[in-house]
Amino acid sequence: MDRFRMIFQYFQSNSESVMNGICGLLALASVKMYTSFDFSCPCLPQYNMAYGLGIMFVPPIILFLCGLILNRQSLVMLEEWRRPPGHRKKDLAVIRYMCSSIMQRAMVAPVVWIIVTLLDGKCLICAFSGSMDPKKFVGMANVSTVQVQQLLAKVPCKDEELMGNNTSRKAVSRYLRCWSQALGWSILLILIIAAFLARWLRPCFNQATLLQARHWSNYIDIEQKIFEESCCEHSRLFAHECILHFFESMRQEIKLHSFSSPREGERAEGEEDLLRGITDQDQVNKLLKTWYYEKPPLDVSQAHQR
Amino acid sequence: MDKFRMIFQFFQSNQESFMNGICGIMALASTQMYSAFDFNCPCLPHYNLAYGLGILLVPPFILFLLGFVLNNNISMLAEEWRRPQGQRGKDPAVLRYMFCSMAQRALIAPVVWVSVTLLDGKCITCAFCTSVPVESLGNASYPRLSQGEIQRVLARIPCRDIYNGQQLIANEVAVRYLRCISQALGWCFVLLMTILAFLVRSLRPCFSQAAFLKSRYWSHYIDIERKLFDETCAEHARSFAKVCIQQFFEGMSTDLAAARFHLPRKVPADAGEAAEKLLGITDEGTMNMALKSWHRCKPPLHLHPPALPTRNGWAGEGQPPPHPCAPRRETAAYYSWV
Repeated sequence: MDRFRMIFQYFQSNSESVMNGICGLLALASVKMYTSFDFSCPCLPQYNMAYGLGIMFVPPIILFLCGLILNRQSLVMLEEWRRPPGHRKKDLAVIRYMCSSIMQRAMVAPVVWIIVTLLDGKCLICAFSGSMDPKKFVGMANVSTVQVQQLLAKVPCKDEELMGNNTSRKAVSRYLRCWSQALGWSILLILIIAAFLARWLRPCFNQATLLQARHWSNYIDIEQKIFEESCCEHSRLFAHECILHFFESMRQEIKLHSFSSPREGERAEGEEDLLRGITDQDQVNKLLKTWYYEKPPLDVSQAHQR
Repeated sequence: MDKFRMIFQFFQSNQESFMNGICGIMALASTQMYSAFDFNCPCLPHYNLAYGLGILLVPPFILFLLGFVLNNNISMLAEEWRRPQGQRGKDPAVLRYMFCSMAQRALIAPVVWVSVTLLDGKCITCAFCTSVPVESLGNASYPRLSQGEIQRVLARIPCRDIYNGQQLIANEVAVRYLRCISQALGWCFVLLMTILAFLVRSLRPCFSQAAFLKSRYWSHYIDIERKLFDETCAEHARSFAKVCIQQFFEGMSTDLAAARFHLPRKVPADAGEAAEKLLGITDEGTMNMALKSWHRCKPPLHLHPPALPTRNGWAGEGQPPPHPCAPRRETAAYYSWV
């Protein structure tokens, strides 16, 4: 009993670790999605750029939105932002803190996708092979403009009969992959430096405000959870009372309508309680029918006034 | 008992996470189903479209219905919708909330199927291979074939081993083109669904939070009330059965004593619990009679107060009871010891 309560409490107070866990899972999911996705460049002049850049940028948007949807805190933040002030003032610093922490977590999976895409290189090769300068590559210098566009567009496709093992195809491919990987590593380096600086320099600025904002955002989160829990507990007790009240009223109705005088039996206390005066097939059927046709009103105040 | 209550409470308050878990499992099941399914394009002009679009659209419909069937709350929703008003008003907002939350969860597996199908590309390639623009992608100057012939050749694009139109349009070019379009459609579809889900989730706190809290509480209440009622009825049924059977055995031992004109055996004072549990049935013949009577003539579903024993309708071996299994409505005749 105590152990369950402890586990429950642990999860409640560590919603941050739950959020971090979800963030990590989404990042892993994005890598898995990329590896299982069958990238297939169309190798046609007008379509390459759209396809390549589309694959590079549309899934990150999807992953970002997923990161926002799956994060429970985003709902809490929106509620806090839109609620009427009532008796409790709204602190914009808390809302800003929550917003920034949600955004940071939601950005992880898209960034992972973009970096994996760049380090792999296929997207950039597909998107920019048509924009290469043919003069840089041997074998393409003396081909007509229209044809060179066609040839360059077919570079990403290895099984193309026209290009096949052509050395200039490999040269273009290597060149673009080199650029793509350089871009990928640079972005990764910049992001890590930015994260490092942000974490190190944060205590130098507004530490007190930060502590306050973090405390109150945590508080709002826990308060929401405990409210939901209390509502659950309350509805359970309410239902319990309502049903007991219903059985009681059934018992009284039966007493009123039956003509035999009540006989006091010496049944065991436990059995009497559980039977609640319903001791007949007809009575049980009547009870079940009444439960369906006439549910009792949602009002247990009489039970409490007795 | 307390521990079970705690677990019950945990799952109830985390009912959402339980239902989300089922959603996730169905989504995984749908991807698994797709990869296990052996897609087999017919490669014939009119059949391709029907097959491709059928595989794209029919399984999601099945998965959607399955999502409703597997959801326990569907019967709760139906019950709440159809019950007579009685003393308790009906709130349409609660019904709408219940339906919406069930529909949202049921939509996940179909959306996953459609996305996986589009991103894979086989369905669209099969369905639309006859609509490939041959003029721009292929060899328009190929010796003129009739429209029907061209359609037949193009229809074989998904089946590489029987494709004979390499001069008309290269197989790889056509497949790449169709797959590119299919994947673009797939990503757009996923983006659209994600944006919709995001809007639905984020606009709700901005507009109708109070109404939402109310609907959620009462839908949860209806669920708990139903479960507790079932639990109470089960408890009641258990007690009913226990008392009924106890009275059957008591009646049996009374009848037995009466039929043999024996005085009730005096149970030794220090016999204890075991003698009590035997309920006066202490030999093989009697037990066999009891079992036969239980089968031939079950007692009526009517419990009576314990102080006044009643006949069971069994008057001894030689006399079969007049109405072996008619349930008696009126109170039984009493056999007084006085």
